[in-house]
Amino acid sequence: MNKSLVCIECPKGCVLSVDIESSKAKDVKGAKCPKGVIYAQAEVENPTRVLTSTLLAEGLELRLVPVRTDKPIPKKDLFKAMEEIRKIRIRKPLKAGDTVFRNFLGLGINLIATREVGKRR
Amino acid sequence: MIKRDLVIVGGGPAGLAAAISAYENGIKDILLLERDQYLGGLLNQCIHTGFGIEYFKEVLTGPEYADRFIRKIKNITSIEISLRSFVVRLEKDKTLTYLKPGGLFTVRPRALIMATGCREKTREMVHIPGTRPAGIFSAGLAQKLINIEGLLPGKEVVIIGSGDIGLIMARRFTLEGAEVKGIIEIQPTTRGLLRNVVQCVEDFGIPIYFNHKVLRIHGSDRVEKVSVAKVDEKMNEIAGTEFDIECDTVLVSVGLIPENELIEMAGVIIDKRTNSPVSTEVNKTSVPGIFVCGNSYKVYDYVDSVTVDSQLAGKMAAEYIKGLD
Ligand code: SF4
Repeated sequence: MNKSLVCIECPKGCVLSVDIESSKAKDVKGAKCPKGVIYAQAEVENPTRVLTSTLLAEGLELRLVPVRTDKPIPKKDLFKAMEEIRKIRIRKPLKAGDTVFRNFLGLGINLIATREVGKRR
Repeated sequence: MIKRDLVIVGGGPAGLAAAISAYENGIKDILLLERDQYLGGLLNQCIHTGFGIEYFKEVLTGPEYADRFIRKIKNITSIEISLRSFVVRLEKDKTLTYLKPGGLFTVRPRALIMATGCREKTREMVHIPGTRPAGIFSAGLAQKLINIEGLLPGKEVVIIGSGDIGLIMARRFTLEGAEVKGIIEIQPTTRGLLRNVVQCVEDFGIPIYFNHKVLRIHGSDRVEKVSVAKVDEKMNEIAGTEFDIECDTVLVSVGLIPENELIEMAGVIIDKRTNSPVSTEVNKTSVPGIFVCGNSYKVYDYVDSVTVDSQLAGKMAAEYIKGLD
C-alpha cells in the first residue's frame, strides 16, 4: 500500500510517499532530510506528537505556566494527557527548561516549563 | 528631557534582537520601552513549538525562543529596560513621550528603532455581514485569553480563514475541550503551513471547507450560528450551496498588518496598502535615524528571520549614531 504524508518536523512540509507493508514503512520518498524518513516510520507505526499546554499556577506572577513534553508522546494519549495537565498546580517559581513533572502518564517523558515564572509581585 | 543615544520601542523578538545587536556594535546608552509587564511580546502566547529551527537549529516554543534573548539582555546592564511604558507621541526630532506608572516622560534619542510588531486584521477589514453579537474574536486574542489568561472563549467554534494562528487555535480549542465545527477558507488551499493542517486540523478530524465563505454571522446577544456557502473561481457564492453551522464562537484569522501609527505621527512615509514604511533598504524609513524592524517593517513568516533582520537594524542604528560624531 502506498500512502502520502506531509512531514511536520519543519516548516518545509515535504510531501512524503510511503510504501507500507504489514503496518511498517518500507520505503519513503520525498524527504529532503533524514528526519522525514523517521517521521514517516513513526507515523505509520505509532504516530507521536509533542504536546504543549499550560498548567495552573497559584501564588505566582502569572496565572499559567506554559509547558511542553520533552519528547513526543503517542497521539492517542493526547487527551488523556490534557486531563492530567488540568489537575496539576504549580506553586513554586521556576525557570524555562525546569522539569515540572517527571515520568508523565508513566510514559517515561517529562513536562518542562517553557517560560520563567516568578513569585507574585 | 532625557537624552539617549538609542531608544528601542518594543520588547518582543525584534526589539530584543535589535537592542542586543546595537550594544554589541558599540552603543552603550540604550533605553528599551515595552508596554507590557514582560518582555517577549507575542511569543509569550505562542506556546506551541516550531520556533528557532533556522536560528538555533532546535525546535522551540515561543516562550523558550523569547527566553533565550531575555536572559541575554538582562545580563547587559547598560541596556535600561522600562516595562509598562506606553509611547503615546513621537515627534519629527525623534522626541518620544511615554506613559509609565508614575507619570508621563519624554526622551530624545539620537537614533530610534521601532519594533512595535503587527496587529490582526479584524472582521471589519474582511466584510463579514450579519449581527454584532458577543463571541467574535480575532484568533490571536483567543490565543491570549487561553494561553495567558486561562479563559476559554467558547465551546463550539467556527474559524474564518486558515492562517497559521487560526489552525493552531483549532488544535488548542480542541485540546481544551471545545468543539471546532469547521474552518472556512475562501481560497482553494490553506494560507498556513501544511504541517499545521496536518497536526492541528487533520489530527483531530476538524472539517476544513476550502472554496467556502461565511455569508453571515447570526445571533443577538451571543453568536448562534454562521451561514456558509461554496464559492466559484471569482469568489462569488454558488446558489443552492448554502448551509448553517451552529456555534457560540467565531474566530477570525485573516492575517496581520504592521503597526506603524507612531512613526506616521513623526512624518515617516507609510505605504497605505501594506501599512509598512516606504523604504529603500530593509529597516530604513524616509526619516534618517528612524529605523523600523521586525513585523512592523513587514509581516514575516518566521521569527528566526525577524531576529536576523532586527540584528541588522541594531547594527545600522549603531553605525548611524557613530556617523553623527
Ligand atoms: S523531511 Fe526534513 S526538510 Fe522535509 S519537512 Fe521533514 S524535517 Fe523538514
